[in-house]
Amino acid sequence: MPINYYIYLSVALFIIGIVGVLTRRNAIIIFMCIELMLNAVNLLLIAFSKMHHTAATVLDPATTAGTEGQLFVFFIMVVAAAEVSVGLAIIVMMYRNVHSVDVGFLNRLKH
Amino acid sequence: MVLFLFVIMLMNLNKETETKKNRWVKVAGVLAGGCLLLVLIAALKDSDIKSKTAMVNEGNIGLIKILGKELFSTYVVPFEISSVLFLSAMVGAVVIGKKE
Amino acid sequence: MQNVLQIAWLIPFFPLLGFLINGLARKQLSKGTTGVIGSGVVFLSFVMSVWVFMQVKGGGSHDAYYFDFIKAGSINIPFEFRIDALCSLFLLIITGVGFLIHVYSTAYMHEEDSSNFARYFSYLNLFVFSMLLLVMGGNYVILFIGWEGVGLCSYLLIGYWFRNKDYTAAANKAFIMNRIGDLGFLIAIFWLISKTGSASFTEVFSSKALEHLTRSDITIITLLLFVGATGKSAQIPLYTWLPDAMAGPTPVSALIHAATMVTAGIYMIARSNVLYSLSHTTQNVVTIIGLATAILAATIALKQNDIKKVLAYSTVSQLGYMFIALGVGAYSAAVFHVMTHAFFKALLFLGAGSVIHAMSGEQDIRNMGGLSGKIRTTYFTFLIGTLAISGFPLFSGFFSKDAILLAAYEHNKIIYGIALFGAMLTAFYMFRLLLLTFSGGFRGTEEQKHHIHESPAAMTIPLVILAILSFAGGFIELPVPVREGGNKLSQFLAPVIPLHEGSAISHSTEWGLMGLSTVLVIAAALFAYAIYRKYKVTEAKGFGKLLENKWYVDELYDSIIVKPLNSLGDFFNKVFESQVVDWMVNGVGKAVNYSSRQLRLLQNGQVSVYVLLMVVSMLLIFLWQFFIRK
Repeated sequence: MPINYYIYLSVALFIIGIVGVLTRRNAIIIFMCIELMLNAVNLLLIAFSKMHHTAATVLDPATTAGTEGQLFVFFIMVVAAAEVSVGLAIIVMMYRNVHSVDVGFLNRLKH
Repeated sequence: MVLFLFVIMLMNLNKETETKKNRWVKVAGVLAGGCLLLVLIAALKDSDIKSKTAMVNEGNIGLIKILGKELFSTYVVPFEISSVLFLSAMVGAVVIGKKE
Repeated sequence: MQNVLQIAWLIPFFPLLGFLINGLARKQLSKGTTGVIGSGVVFLSFVMSVWVFMQVKGGGSHDAYYFDFIKAGSINIPFEFRIDALCSLFLLIITGVGFLIHVYSTAYMHEEDSSNFARYFSYLNLFVFSMLLLVMGGNYVILFIGWEGVGLCSYLLIGYWFRNKDYTAAANKAFIMNRIGDLGFLIAIFWLISKTGSASFTEVFSSKALEHLTRSDITIITLLLFVGATGKSAQIPLYTWLPDAMAGPTPVSALIHAATMVTAGIYMIARSNVLYSLSHTTQNVVTIIGLATAILAATIALKQNDIKKVLAYSTVSQLGYMFIALGVGAYSAAVFHVMTHAFFKALLFLGAGSVIHAMSGEQDIRNMGGLSGKIRTTYFTFLIGTLAISGFPLFSGFFSKDAILLAAYEHNKIIYGIALFGAMLTAFYMFRLLLLTFSGGFRGTEEQKHHIHESPAAMTIPLVILAILSFAGGFIELPVPVREGGNKLSQFLAPVIPLHEGSAISHSTEWGLMGLSTVLVIAAALFAYAIYRKYKVTEAKGFGKLLENKWYVDELYDSIIVKPLNSLGDFFNKVFESQVVDWMVNGVGKAVNYSSRQLRLLQNGQVSVYVLLMVVSMLLIFLWQFFIRK
């Protein structure tokens, strides 16, 4: 499949994630949308790595070009997991203080 | 991500009413997102990347064997550092979530 | 002291010192000290001027260069003095007559308190300094510095009693009219510098520089210089300030408006005689305006009732004569008349001051009369001054005026005729003044009669000295028929003003002209005597009323120039200033207020808004990168 299909899909997922972050008020939902954005990027990276492998295989059938993309996805997932754990801990903290997970209450930056 | 959803499922949330959101911000958000989508697609539409294809089910790329070999030979330093990162994240999550 | 010309810079330095001392320490000094300092510095300058005169008479002249005044690009204007015959003559007049007037002022102004007294003397010294700078300047720019300085001091001194609004208005008028003339002067200097690259007298008058100037160049430059002279020397159309300037103290009128400042224009044109001789158009203009002014002012003087105003119009008229002389090319005759005029006009003004002093401040001659018996010294000196100005034989005015009339006769008989008529008018109104002031019965109040007394010695001694000079001063320039080679003044000025080689007029014609003018002047004097012996105050009517109101020239200027300017200023103030300018300035304030209020809403602490802004910015960056920066 031409690579640009994958690009379009990935971009669409990314935009959906952004719109979700902008539109929703619940903190947990926002986190989920951030996850969605990260996964869109993962998808894109995999697609590109496959593309590079395919282009290199034409010249030499036994290459291992293009593994960098997949390894980077690996690390992205690691970071995403770490971020989720810390983020949920913060949300729990917030809930204990304010008894709500609405981000509208976070306007302390104004004062 | 899936774990995330499992956690939420297990937390047994109440059904709360979503607080009234400022309508204009919602509209602005959707609009901004839509514009960004359009711009990105338009920017990428005419590029000559169409010619490059990405065959999916060929080659020996997805094999874990190859992946593992790369990971432990060329990229071993980031691998170790990411394990340290995990450790710190775990510690941080526990510290933050502790009840006094 | 071989060459005193090297230290000639001391001449203007002394009055400057006097100005500084008297001006800065005016609250501390007593009146006596102020008077001594003020007069003393001028006396020192006079002594030095005499010394300089001796050197120059022996044939010396000196160009002293001090420092670079203006240096911009290719224009280089140094601060330089040029001391030659013309300059040293004027130096003597300024410092000599100036010194006498300073001494006179110590007595005349003694009613002022010491701080104002010192202020007066500091202004007078500053004036002398500026005038000296004017005549000693080696280029047009230094001359102009002095020119402006005397204009400033004239303003300061006319408005000396500044609490009176009329006086300050007169001072304003003098300064503003001067300034109008100065514009012409400045443009002339610019033109000259742009065409020849220099403003120095020695360079500009050399034939090398004259090659650069076309005929029309010279005409324009000389005309513009003349415009400056009309402002400073009170010719048509810029003369109306001088009668109003009588608001100042009388010694000021004597010094500034009789002897020195108003002669600055004459000096400048005499100095530029090389240029003026090359442009016949300008010379004609100068002659016509001088003639018109002379007659106009003389007619106005016939009907004036303030003693100082008569003398003021007389000054304007005599200046007109000097310009006639300049216009027909008789530069040394004009300078000669400057000298004699300085003597007798200063004498007349100081005498008028003495009369005013005796009459306890009264200036209207309709309220005077019969003073000849009571203030004899003043009367005799005033009589001598009157005889001199009218041109009675052997007095100084006779020789100088005849020199002018002779030059006019050579040039154009009609001009001669009109000028002669003007001389008759001069004699007539001066004798009218003399008779109304000093003869007949006393027409003032009893209290004034009681107070009439002769002035103190500090006032009468200068009067006597000036009277002697008014009588004897004419003998240095005797016309050729009287004594061959008797024209010492013209010979003295020959290095600066080329000698007029021989004239087409025979000796008998000259004698005839002299005799004619003498006869006419005596006739006019007798005519005045006949009319004004028995004088009754009457209302002026008809043509007399026109003359008394100065031909309504002031009112004309008022309606043509002053009122439109005032209404224009009013319009700008009410409409433009309040609506446009204020609207703009307040509008800026309001706009800032409004926009700041709107911007404040941006910071509401909501994270989602911040994220939205981030997304929008990203969008814009993408747009720019992909589509605009192809």
